[in-house]
Amino acid sequence: MPYAIEAELLKKTFTGKHTVRALDGVSFNVDEGTVFGLLGPNGSGKTTAVRILTTILKPDSGVARVLGHDVARKAGLVRSLIGLAGQYAAVDENLTGRENLEMVGNLNHLDRSSVGGRAKELLVQFDLADAGDRTLKTYSGGMRRRLDLAAALVARPTVLFLDEPTTGLDPQSRNDLWEVIERLVGGGTSVLLTTQYLEEADRLANTLSVLDHGRVIAEGTPATLKADLGATVLEVGLTTIDDASRTAALLASLGPHQPSLNGTVVEVTVDNGPESAMAGLRTLDQEGINPAAFTLREPSLDDVFLALTGRRTEADSETTDDETESKRRRGRRRAATEAMPIATGELS
Amino acid sequence: MTTAIAPPTLSGAPHSNSVVVRARWAVSDTWTITKRNLLAVTRIPEALFFSTVQPIMFVLLFRYVFGGAIKTPGVDYVNYLMPGVFVQTVAFGAVQTSIGLAEDLQKGLIERFRALPMARSAVLTGRTSADFVRNILVVIIITAVGFLVGFRPTTGVLPYLAGVLLILLFAYSLSWGFAVIGLSASNSETAQVMSFPLLFPLVFASSAFVPVSSMPSWLQGFATYQPVSVTITACRALMLGGPTAKWVIQSVAWAIALLIVLVPLAVHRYRTRI
Repeated sequence: MPYAIEAELLKKTFTGKHTVRALDGVSFNVDEGTVFGLLGPNGSGKTTAVRILTTILKPDSGVARVLGHDVARKAGLVRSLIGLAGQYAAVDENLTGRENLEMVGNLNHLDRSSVGGRAKELLVQFDLADAGDRTLKTYSGGMRRRLDLAAALVARPTVLFLDEPTTGLDPQSRNDLWEVIERLVGGGTSVLLTTQYLEEADRLANTLSVLDHGRVIAEGTPATLKADLGATVLEVGLTTIDDASRTAALLASLGPHQPSLNGTVVEVTVDNGPESAMAGLRTLDQEGINPAAFTLREPSLDDVFLALTGRRTEADSETTDDETESKRRRGRRRAATEAMPIATGELS
Repeated sequence: MTTAIAPPTLSGAPHSNSVVVRARWAVSDTWTITKRNLLAVTRIPEALFFSTVQPIMFVLLFRYVFGGAIKTPGVDYVNYLMPGVFVQTVAFGAVQTSIGLAEDLQKGLIERFRALPMARSAVLTGRTSADFVRNILVVIIITAVGFLVGFRPTTGVLPYLAGVLLILLFAYSLSWGFAVIGLSASNSETAQVMSFPLLFPLVFASSAFVPVSSMPSWLQGFATYQPVSVTITACRALMLGGPTAKWVIQSVAWAIALLIVLVPLAVHRYRTRI
């Protein structure tokens, strides 16, 4: 049985003012009916990989296949098998929800008589039935994302690509969209999902690869990744740098990795949150250190990166000179900061 | 028309290399995109309204302010002016093609289209076809304004319509040029700014508002034979009389030549963009 998606040593370099190696030999396989997560910070190559797999961009070298079909050689066939929903809700503002879906249906060459019914079905399924005849200008961000996803599903694709489907959404809309994606997978659709949120990959993906500067730096299931990393992050804020470095040394024994010291904040990943927290507090108390803040939280992508590479995600480093790409990254970065409380604020 | 084609069920389009089937899908996809762009025109009617305000101002300005000082021997200035305004209007209107495509790129719509099993040419043919239809509306509006300020074509209905057709053909060929610009610009504002340095010499160093004979001799050659002037001269001949064939042939030749160069260029930009 062929894989739903295969990437074999994909390489892509963008030349321009700065030459950027967007993909530097990326390989992965996605089994049919599973969700594969590509996890990485901005500029790590996630979108480039999606563009190559969806026939939008040609790789410099390497082979990409969808359901066994070479993406470069059988582009037309591949396009009829896939659905793509992007982070930028690529829907037409001036059309109504229904018109958008019908347009995509017609361009997918569905039987014209079935297009109207399919659009209606999707509007209901995505809770947009009441808004179906309004132009998209009146839609909220969450509604647009849902319509974007619905548009990707018009032709009932067997392989679905979701490029950062929830970036910039509020927690409620994000949860709604996750539920929709989970239902889809239950129906047998294979999904490739890119995300910057560990929490999202953890919830949706069966397997994942972590991308950094166009290379896969880790792969496996979310569970193995978290086990390597430590399941929870203990974050201690101190009042002086001196206290912070003492704290870092004292808490080193709590987790599998060295604590990280960032100004007056010490972070350490631990396996057992509450137990480690109590042990940590006891130690600090014995040493007469008074923390200003003491938090347990889910690990974020930043923590994964820190554990894997020893450095933070460098979301601000220039990694591509492609103008649209950098514009998108700007938007994404803004969205990422807004979304931070969701990704990191929950106690386990 | 879809019934004649092996009707795809919900599993998606059949992947066929048959030229006939592909041509039919190309027409069908073009129609889908055209419809989408025309719907946008009806959703923002003010855009169409304001795109005709500027040419109306030009009509009034030249008819009542500058016109008195411009000598056009043998013809009323208002009759001289109107064919020029028609061509000027559709030429400026062609900027909409570049703005529309730049916006589609910016919003990620082109990316979605490129991942669909649709004809690669349809985004461009659909855009230019919609702009063609929009130009028909604009020409009707400007014709009405012309008649209100005293424009009186003298050759009858058929030659007049032939002139209109010539204007629309020329506008269509220009649209493809602005499609290239729209696909090269990073956003719609840039597309607009990139368009004007091209348009100004074409529209104003032409016979649109003043006779070429009033210009310095070094400019007269360009101002007579550049495509805007040739099309205006052909329209004047068709609408007001005078030697016609030579100018109509030149105008059609310009339009065809522009299309031969610009269509492949635009399609190439579309394929390689992103």
